[in-house]
Amino acid sequence: MRQKPLIVILALVVLVAAAIGFAVGRKSSPEPRVVSSPPTASPAIASTAEPVHAGDQIDAIRRGAPVNQEIAAPLMARVENADIKRVRAYPMQPPTIPHSIDNYQIDKNSNRCLLCHARANADKFQAPPVSVTHYMDRNDQFLATISPRRYFCNQCHVVQTDAKPLVANNFKDIDSILSEEHDKKAN
Amino acid sequence: MWPRIKRWLAALWRTIRRPSIHYSLGFLTLGGFIAGVLFWGAFNTGLELTNTEAFCTGCHEMRDNVFQELKTTIHYTNRSGVRATCPDCHVPHQWTDKIARKMQASKEVYGKIFGTVDTREKFLDHRLELAQHEWARLKANDSLECRNCHNYTSMDLTRQSTRAAEIHKRWLGSGEKTCIDCHKGIAHHLPDMTGVPQG
Repeated sequence: MRQKPLIVILALVVLVAAAIGFAVGRKSSPEPRVVSSPPTASPAIASTAEPVHAGDQIDAIRRGAPVNQEIAAPLMARVENADIKRVRAYPMQPPTIPHSIDNYQIDKNSNRCLLCHARANADKFQAPPVSVTHYMDRNDQFLATISPRRYFCNQCHVVQTDAKPLVANNFKDIDSILSEEHDKKAN
Repeated sequence: MWPRIKRWLAALWRTIRRPSIHYSLGFLTLGGFIAGVLFWGAFNTGLELTNTEAFCTGCHEMRDNVFQELKTTIHYTNRSGVRATCPDCHVPHQWTDKIARKMQASKEVYGKIFGTVDTREKFLDHRLELAQHEWARLKANDSLECRNCHNYTSMDLTRQSTRAAEIHKRWLGSGEKTCIDCHKGIAHHLPDMTGVPQG
């Protein structure tokens, strides 16, 4: 084995070359993404409860999770069932339903909402009757029953859950604007 | 034909009237008693067998139509895991009423054999009539099958939504209405309800 030193030197050379190659390769690769780098995230999103990964944000529905990760689903929101009427959240908003409507049948056979909210039944159940406009056809002629174009209640009227709003809303109705104007003038 | 039946019946009558020659009194009475117990047990077991969800959904008429609709309702799955199966609502729990209902159900056996509702279309055509039978039955017995579980005196109205509490107090508490008056279609889809009073 006269070539023993030769083999050792060869092995050393290979090792050193591999080390240099690794170091160079690491340097030229892009910087690994820092999870908590704030500058790209807008302050509104950053302030939400769920962590937002700025670089990996592909789809807001994923709630900031990288695409290769599965995160736990949020708890299902509960429908508010307190029978307390709400103010509108934007002009001309159809009033929201203040109770749960689980399994209400609304089809051509039957309409569970109208059981209580039809004008003929409203007294029996002390329910707010649907607006007279819902009995008018498109030519403003009154009909005996609900107008077919208003039949499917939850096309416009929906229940509300206790889920956290995703988007803030600073809508003020006309009454509060007028009263603010009045206060300003008074001062 | 008739004279032969008459002769045969007369022979039978003579045999029954005569005291037994070969069998002792003890054998006959005890044997009769044991046979009676066996018969009764078998009869009731057979009856209970027809009173299960598995038996009801054994027919495609029930399995593909009404059972599918029940599956989406709170009487099938709920937070506490109590299920109202078909007979809980459709068969009276009291024995005499149950037997009466079971005798009525022979019509349903007829319907099954002759395929009265053996397609979806036929079922939908008959749906209103079938539903009306059930409404009439529940109206007549003051919603007995509902009340087997839901008792007005056991209802905590404060745990209900205010709307439900008000309505229950006003209509159910006063006895003016019964459960089925308002809760039609609680476990199945409703047929065309034009002209049917609800609530």
